[in-house]
Order: sequence, then C-alpha cells, then structure tokens
Amino acid sequence: MINHIWFGLISIGIVTAMLTGNMGPVSQAVLESVEEGAMILIRLIGPMSLWLGVMRLAEESNFVELLAKLIQPVTKRLFPEVPADHPALGAMMLSFSANLLGLGNSATPLGIKAMQELQKLNPKPEEASNSMCTFLVINTSSITLLPATVISLRVAAESSAPMEIIGTTIFATTCSTIAGLVADRVLRKIWV
Amino acid sequence: MFDFLNNLSQWAIPIIILVIVGYAYFKDVEVYEVFTEGAVEGFTTVVEIIPYLIAMLMAISIFRASGALEICLQILEPILSFFGIPRQIVPLGLIRPLSGTGSLGLVTELIQEYGPDSLIGRLASTIQGSTETTFYVVAVYFGAVGVKKSRYSIIAGLIADVVGFIAAIYIVKLIF
Repeated sequence: MINHIWFGLISIGIVTAMLTGNMGPVSQAVLESVEEGAMILIRLIGPMSLWLGVMRLAEESNFVELLAKLIQPVTKRLFPEVPADHPALGAMMLSFSANLLGLGNSATPLGIKAMQELQKLNPKPEEASNSMCTFLVINTSSITLLPATVISLRVAAESSAPMEIIGTTIFATTCSTIAGLVADRVLRKIWV
Repeated sequence: MFDFLNNLSQWAIPIIILVIVGYAYFKDVEVYEVFTEGAVEGFTTVVEIIPYLIAMLMAISIFRASGALEICLQILEPILSFFGIPRQIVPLGLIRPLSGTGSLGLVTELIQEYGPDSLIGRLASTIQGSTETTFYVVAVYFGAVGVKKSRYSIIAGLIADVVGFIAAIYIVKLIF
C-alpha cells in the first residue's frame, strides 16, 4: 500500500512539475521539507526522553498495569489481542489522555511508547498487527476535548468567542473516530 | 467549561509526573536511576524515525510544490461545491492529512481573511481541531518500531479524515 502511495506522490508530482514548469520550486521544496523534518525530530528528542523516562518509572512500579486494569472494560473490545493487564494498555491510556487534553508534544512520545509495547506482542515485527492498526486509526482520527492550538489561533485573531468551536470539534472528531474504527474492522476482514 | 478544560490541561503534565514518580518512589524504585534508564532511549527512538519521516515529507513536498495538488483541487472543487461544501475550505481538506504545518498555515490564512467568527473561520477551526495529519502519524508511529508494512491503516485513517471533514461541515452549518 505505502509503496504505491509513495511512488504515486513522487512520480505524479515530478511529471506534473515537468509539464507545468515547476521543477525549480520542486527541487527547492524537497530540500526544505527534509530540513524541516530534521527540525521536527530534534524538537521531539526532549519530550521523547522525558516521557520514556517517566514511562520506565511507571513500568518498574507496576503503575501501567494499574492503569491497564482501569480501562480494561473498553480495551477488551478494542484490542482483543492484548492481554488484560499488559503494559501496552496503560501506555495507550496515557497517550489518549494526552491527546484528549491537547498536549500534542507529549501525545506523540506516549503514543510511540504504546506502539513499542504493542510491537512486543506482534508475531510479525515487520508488519503492523491488528491492535497496532486500531491504535493508529484512533490516533489519526484525532480524539480531542481541547483543540488548544486552534483556540490560541482564534484568540490571536480576536474572535469574539474563541471557544465556541469546542463543541463542533468534539462532534466532528467523534464521528471520525467511529468511522475509523468501523473502517478498521471492515478492512481487516477484506485486506489480504 | 473552557476554563475547566484549560485548567485540566495545564495541571495534567505536572500531576501525571508527580503521580508516577511518587508511586514509584513509595514502591521503593530507585526513581532517579530508573528515569534516566528510560530517558536514554529517547534519542535512539527519535533516530529510528528519521528515515520514515524524511521519506514521507519529501514525497508530499514534491506533490505539493509541483502543482499536482492544485490540479486535484481544481477537479474536486466543482464537485464538492455541488454538495454544498464551500470552495474556500476544500484545500484544507486535501492538505490536512498530508501536512501538519501546511494545514495550520492554511487555517491561519483563512481565519485572517474571513475572520474567526465567519462561517469559513469556524469551519477551518473545527476541521483543524478534529482531524490529524494521518501521513505523519503513520510514518512516525510505525517508523519508531520498525514496522514497514502498514497494511490497511492509511486507508482507514483517510476514511476517518473524510468523515471528520464532512461531519465538521455538517455540524458547523447546523449550529451557527
């Protein structure tokens, strides 16, 4: 799948650039984008170290198992392949909490930590397991209670009611999460 | 409501840190040593992600800079306008899953041009808040653990994005 998308983006892009005379901008954009990518990653090192440190403490003290038991009623259905008190569930719970509160910089490291735990249960390490796909889809559909970045943008633009979009955002994101979960279940059955 | 959420948001990180460190401390874990043992993996984890994120970002940047995205927009706009989707918002729907900084820039522009309390401003805010940069999430989350075959997850993520986009337009038009 990803091979087709990747090749498609590159080949369609470059052929289009040839026809539209955009080769200059393309060659500039490629380098700019990879430099930007490196900057994103450098900024990620701090939060990543912080949360992997905190999560190690949570593991050593068995705190993640405690969290795992807490959300077991929900996760039993969403992640049937993950054992009930597995640390992956606790890590996922913290990652979802960070997303819900709009803590973007912490959500990524916690999500990656959860992925690492799920990878330990994965029989084929090169291939995403069912649980990993479900977890990823929940993340890409963006679960949020507080769209912090957007609110600060609206405040900066002198909105008379910067928070009025919280309700509509929660509605839209709930729809997209449900759609993602349904798609996850349906595609899993038909995907070869 | 917002004040409560905002407070919760500000309190969350310090409280989570205090609870986890405190719990470990009283369980006789050597808190400082164990924290640093975990944190040492921060750097290597980020290093693992480099190739995946670079691969994704370069392909997307080619697609955008070449004008191919623009052509897709021109094809899509009349179709989507027919279904009552404002044409100013269509570019955001297309860029949102591809680029986080790109979509944030677009939302900023739309809010500035039409005003935060206009239909377009509210739509842009809701769409930005309720969807995610699917391609980034796939590259980073799977890249960090070395998963190369993402199976159907990108398609499921994109379906979620489309539904979120439509749901945002529906609810904003209904409420405001």
